[in-house]
Amino acid sequence: MLELRSVDAGYGSFQALFGVNLEVKAGEAVGVIGPNGAGKTTLMRVISGLIRPARGSIKMEGVDVLTTPAHRIVSLGIAHVPENRRLFPQLSVDDNLKMGAFMKEARHKYAERLEIVFELFPRLKERRYQMAGTMSGGEQQMCAIGRALMSDPKLLLLDEPSAGLAPVVVQQVFELVKRIRASGLTVLIVEQNVQQVLRVVDRAYLIEAGSIRASGSSAEMLASDTVKEAYLGV
Amino acid sequence: MQAFLDIFDIYLLEAVINGILLGGVLALLALGLNLIFGVIDVTWICYAELVMIGMYAMYFMVQYYGVSYFIAAPFTILLVALLGAALHYLVIAPLLTAPPINQLLATGGVLFVLQSFATVAFGIDFRNLGIRLPVLAFGDMNFSYARLLSFIAALVGMVAVYLFMTRTFTGTAIRAISQDRQIMALMGVDTKRIYIITSALGGALAGLAACLLVLQYDVHPFVGLSFGPITFLICVLGGLGNFIGGFIASFVFAEIISLGGLFSDLEWGYVLAFAFFIVMMFIRPAGLLARRR
Amino acid sequence: MTRQAHLAAWAVGLAALVMLPFVYRDPYHLHILVLILIWSFAYTSWSMMGRFGLVSLGHGGFMGIGAYVTALLWNHLGLSPWVGIPVSMVAAGALALIVGYPCFRFRITGHYFVLVTLALSGIVLQVITATRDWTGGSLGYTPNRATGNKLWALQFDDKTTWYLVALAVWVVGLVVWHWIDRSMSRYALEAISEDEDAAAAAGVDVTAEKLKITLISALMTALAGAIYCQYQMFITPDTVSGIAVSLQMVFAAIVGGLFVSLGPTVGAIITILLAESLRIGFGTRAVGWDNLVYGVLLVLFIIFLPKGILGSLLERLKPQRKPSPSS
Repeated sequence: MLELRSVDAGYGSFQALFGVNLEVKAGEAVGVIGPNGAGKTTLMRVISGLIRPARGSIKMEGVDVLTTPAHRIVSLGIAHVPENRRLFPQLSVDDNLKMGAFMKEARHKYAERLEIVFELFPRLKERRYQMAGTMSGGEQQMCAIGRALMSDPKLLLLDEPSAGLAPVVVQQVFELVKRIRASGLTVLIVEQNVQQVLRVVDRAYLIEAGSIRASGSSAEMLASDTVKEAYLGV
Repeated sequence: MQAFLDIFDIYLLEAVINGILLGGVLALLALGLNLIFGVIDVTWICYAELVMIGMYAMYFMVQYYGVSYFIAAPFTILLVALLGAALHYLVIAPLLTAPPINQLLATGGVLFVLQSFATVAFGIDFRNLGIRLPVLAFGDMNFSYARLLSFIAALVGMVAVYLFMTRTFTGTAIRAISQDRQIMALMGVDTKRIYIITSALGGALAGLAACLLVLQYDVHPFVGLSFGPITFLICVLGGLGNFIGGFIASFVFAEIISLGGLFSDLEWGYVLAFAFFIVMMFIRPAGLLARRR
Repeated sequence: MTRQAHLAAWAVGLAALVMLPFVYRDPYHLHILVLILIWSFAYTSWSMMGRFGLVSLGHGGFMGIGAYVTALLWNHLGLSPWVGIPVSMVAAGALALIVGYPCFRFRITGHYFVLVTLALSGIVLQVITATRDWTGGSLGYTPNRATGNKLWALQFDDKTTWYLVALAVWVVGLVVWHWIDRSMSRYALEAISEDEDAAAAAGVDVTAEKLKITLISALMTALAGAIYCQYQMFITPDTVSGIAVSLQMVFAAIVGGLFVSLGPTVGAIITILLAESLRIGFGTRAVGWDNLVYGVLLVLFIIFLPKGILGSLLERLKPQRKPSPSS
């Protein structure tokens, strides 16, 4: 479904990604793990068009992402839940969700999608007229995921969904990711919380200093010595 | 003595009500300026000059070509909306990454251009529509029908903008964009398009104000100078980009101008408004600083 | 260039400028030179603030006060401009402090500062228009012709004298510029324009420093207005006050470049020659065409050459001074 070929990317003179190859097949859940500053967020941004790579190719279902204008990439079926949620804090939950359905293809399905999202997150329905910025961190994460789901995506990019949340809430968020997966959505998730994420995904990539160091199924990654030592604290 | 007081009270009440009526149009202008500042983060110094062009459009359509006022009005609104979009496309868009002060000064250059264009094209004569609208009398008080009409139309205009901003996808995007510019692309929003739409909307509001002001004031190339500065003060006092603050400040200033004008000329009302503004800055800076930047 | 050579160059240039009217007497050209010198001084005054990021559009107000207060005191009280000019400068300075203090004290910067000052010059214009019983309103105002001592009235008939007066005033402007350039205030103000909070944290009295430069700038601008009035002997609200005059100052400073001492002067030369040739080019057949072209050029200037002509030239001449970070 999604294919990255030798992608180099960065900010100005600072290069954050070096020749990254990555693939996500339809129906899969794929994790990207690695330390802080390894380039995980950059990877997500490159896929959703927030920054453009210096070299390489990115294809979504055969369509060249790089020649698609940034605001049209969501129409290819890629929805990005950015790092730190990035809700519109002074808009209501309803309006935030509405923004998720902004693109033309999603507008006529708005009511239908809203129902699906509210079914998935009943809490959001209770809070729908509240300012998004006044909700708890967990609720905000739900809202951010809900907003991404409003566009009826094929591929959901989740950037550190557990960051800054209480352990109990982290648990809930991963439960949700599982349910979203089960509904047939393809998921690419970036996480520092390695143990948790490897329980949810099918495969994972380990990224360090901007390059892919290892990849394999969740079981393989859990068993891998590199991953164990560095990230599982074993 | 008693009779004098009675009359005085009636004049006072009349001035208060006239102030409210004036406030409607000022609020319209403040809304347009705030909208553009809130979304694009730029101040159109030439905003009042857009109104001036709109007033000329009304004048020529109604007076010269004999088009009915109510048919000319939508055309004027459309024309100034296009002007607003063009202003953004030609002047602001190339400067989006420049220091904000350059954007602001470029619109100052446009102010020059619009004023001298009007001078070249229409001359410096004062012109008016020649429409004499009746005066409404309530008891001993007289109100011009033009002002009442303006007030109602301004309110209708503001309600329309409110509905647009809250009910439509584009309106929601306009409200969202100032809160997080970078991620708008993730929502599938083309920020350039939103900027153009906002500029056109700001222009349309200036156009509507033009249709209303031309009922009450003569038009000449420098007419923008008589309500431009006051609009800027309103926006600063209410907080740039703060719609509600701008709305309230419009009525406060309108009252000051109207009541000040009761005792002498309208210009002194403006001076009073400016003095009030300076005093407000001393005593309530927090009101000013609300939602700054 | 060494310091001595630098000073020598200035001295030679100045001497040449002083001698000019004695060898070259074309009255029209001298007239243009006087205008350039007076406006250069006004633009230099504006740039005193502008170079530190304090973009004021209120200077039309200060200039208007300088011109009108001087002329009104002369006509109504018979007060000599030698007294009237200082009074008008004090008036402009007081207004600058009244408006500046709350602005700086409460950190009104950027757009807000521009809009407040913009309103200020608009209001001064309104006042001049409103007091038409004394000021003649938008029709303009003429100081009474002196019947006695011309020097007492500060009214001269020959262009040479005016040229020398304007030259002296212009030199004063440059001296003040260099004086500020070498003062501690310059570093404080540069720090403020970079980051106000950091400057305050480093012990800079932000409000006081800003007020100081604003006061100097306003005083000088009022002087420019008064000199202009004495020279032209006719002022209208539109030529010495209001938003248009404020914008004119900003544009000229930008055209010339406001970070070098001669930038505003270059701006004055370019804009006045441009306006003058447009005026002559279009003649009387179309009033306003000159301003229309002028305005379009200004907009193009801001878009394509924001550092100003002199600024851009200097930058091109010495690219080695600050190596760019990428190389």
